[in-house]
Amino acid sequence: MATLIDRARLRPATPEPAPEPRVRRTVGSVLLGGTSQGFVLIWGVMVVFPLLWALVSSFKSDPEIFKSPWGLPAVWHWDNFERAWNESHIGTYFLNSVVVVCCGVVLTLILSSAVAYVLARFEFPGNRILYYVFVGGMVFPGFLALVPLFFVVQNLGLLNTYLGLILVYATHGMSFSVFFLTAFFRTQSKELAEAALVDGCSHWGVLFRIMLPLARPGLVSIGIFQFLGMWNEYLLPLVLNTDEQRYLVTQGLANIAVTQGYHSDFSGLFAGLTISILPVLAVYLVFHKQISTGMTAGALK
Amino acid sequence: MHHGKYRFVLSLLLVPVGLYAVFVISPYLQAFSIALTDWQGMTAESHFIGFDNFVKLFHDPVFWTALRHNVFLLVSIPLVIVSLSLFFSAMLNYQGGVPGSRIYKVVYFFPSVLSIAVVGVLWQFVFEPRNGLLNGFLQAVGLGDLRQIWLGDGKTALGSIMAVVVWGGVGFYVVLFTAAMSAIPKDLYEAALLDGAGPWQSFWRLTLPLIWGSVQVAIAYLVIGALDMFALVQVLSVGPGGPDDATQVISLYMYTNAFTYGNFGYAAAIGVALFAINLILTLLTFRLTRRERVEY
Repeated sequence: MATLIDRARLRPATPEPAPEPRVRRTVGSVLLGGTSQGFVLIWGVMVVFPLLWALVSSFKSDPEIFKSPWGLPAVWHWDNFERAWNESHIGTYFLNSVVVVCCGVVLTLILSSAVAYVLARFEFPGNRILYYVFVGGMVFPGFLALVPLFFVVQNLGLLNTYLGLILVYATHGMSFSVFFLTAFFRTQSKELAEAALVDGCSHWGVLFRIMLPLARPGLVSIGIFQFLGMWNEYLLPLVLNTDEQRYLVTQGLANIAVTQGYHSDFSGLFAGLTISILPVLAVYLVFHKQISTGMTAGALK
Repeated sequence: MHHGKYRFVLSLLLVPVGLYAVFVISPYLQAFSIALTDWQGMTAESHFIGFDNFVKLFHDPVFWTALRHNVFLLVSIPLVIVSLSLFFSAMLNYQGGVPGSRIYKVVYFFPSVLSIAVVGVLWQFVFEPRNGLLNGFLQAVGLGDLRQIWLGDGKTALGSIMAVVVWGGVGFYVVLFTAAMSAIPKDLYEAALLDGAGPWQSFWRLTLPLIWGSVQVAIAYLVIGALDMFALVQVLSVGPGGPDDATQVISLYMYTNAFTYGNFGYAAAIGVALFAINLILTLLTFRLTRRERVEY
């Protein structure tokens, strides 16, 4: 922090290359700049530190976590991860999550792009109404539907099944995806589609060979958003998925934390926490450009 | 040609609309009718009891406690998160931002990609009274007197949960506001500089009005989010709803009623009440934060 403030103090001393208009750097504004930078840094530390702490703790032994919560582990216990993965079933939960979320994302993309493409490109009676039926879903809070949804899924015999969760995830992701993708398809050129139709391409051909490939950036951004959202879903699996064998990773982790509490396998729990944090962070770090671009598109809407 | 078009449209719509109707539309509609019954779920039997559930709800002290907590959260959370995010995004973007701003923008977003349940478990350790990170930190910097049983004490429990929401929420809005700020043409700032505007003035007179649309959306999101709060409260509360309902919120109360007690009719009524509050607040938020849209 001190170095940052120093750098801020030093900066006005270096001569500006061109006589561009610049803020007058009074003592006050430099001081303000220094403190602001301090706050920015402090927040960065506050964000990273608990995550780092969890990561380091996941390599410690149980007594070490209690005795020296701040230090590095004397011996790096990789076996914590093994225990969390196998005995605490984080591995199973993790794979459950992967299956449900990947299928959910793919399905929601297929369903939504079909609807969005039709809504954006074809005039037919009821077009507007259908659009609002889908987009309106964003206004309704999820827990309003919770009780009836439980019975809908139960009556279809889909309680505690992958398929049940996948269908629920995919359909509940549709509102936002349809909204986003309709706007996306509308911006695509009509001429291209019409030219293809004149050349004898079928409607299906136009969709699969021209429009969908062109919509790839939009599909990717929506896919990433849906992935993060579904990976983090907690309430729906808690209600629809009560079989411990099929727990998703969020559910499983919360369950271990609640039932084991602070008493038994502390280090294993930290390892489980790390296992559930690292993959999403990795996905984020790979795709962070797309995410902020997606948010820019959303913000400018 | 036209015949083919309608067949194409229909075949594309059939499956998605069908699934959407079954899993989204029908549950929402059913919620309203279940709310008017005394359905207990165990038996198929349920009676139409009109608005009795709502009358009962009106006289239910726990519901009012929960509602009070939600109201506290939906005022404080947007206020704190939006102020902090505006401050940070201004710092990270004004004239290229503070040194390292590109890294900060990536790092700040970290909590947003974590599951709320995972964040909850992580903070359980942070708040842990004996060996947790927070009390340990206070001890280490000589503020040992400030140590608390954060989540176990009715006085600090709700505030602690709110702090976690802020921790998890700021990054998302920093990125959102950053996106909005980056769309502001640079020459506007240059013009403002030439007119002698300092950083403070250009923020209030230029940046804020130009990104007001995003701020409005942020407030609306946060208000709706503060009405939910289920995952965090469920994971972080000591017992269901904290010590003496200190962290009880409406969504948790509804969940407990439905899936612990089996009072599905009553739970659906809570859901409908929550929906009504939600709708009113969303409209109100947009109404109160409405400003002339600035074009640029």
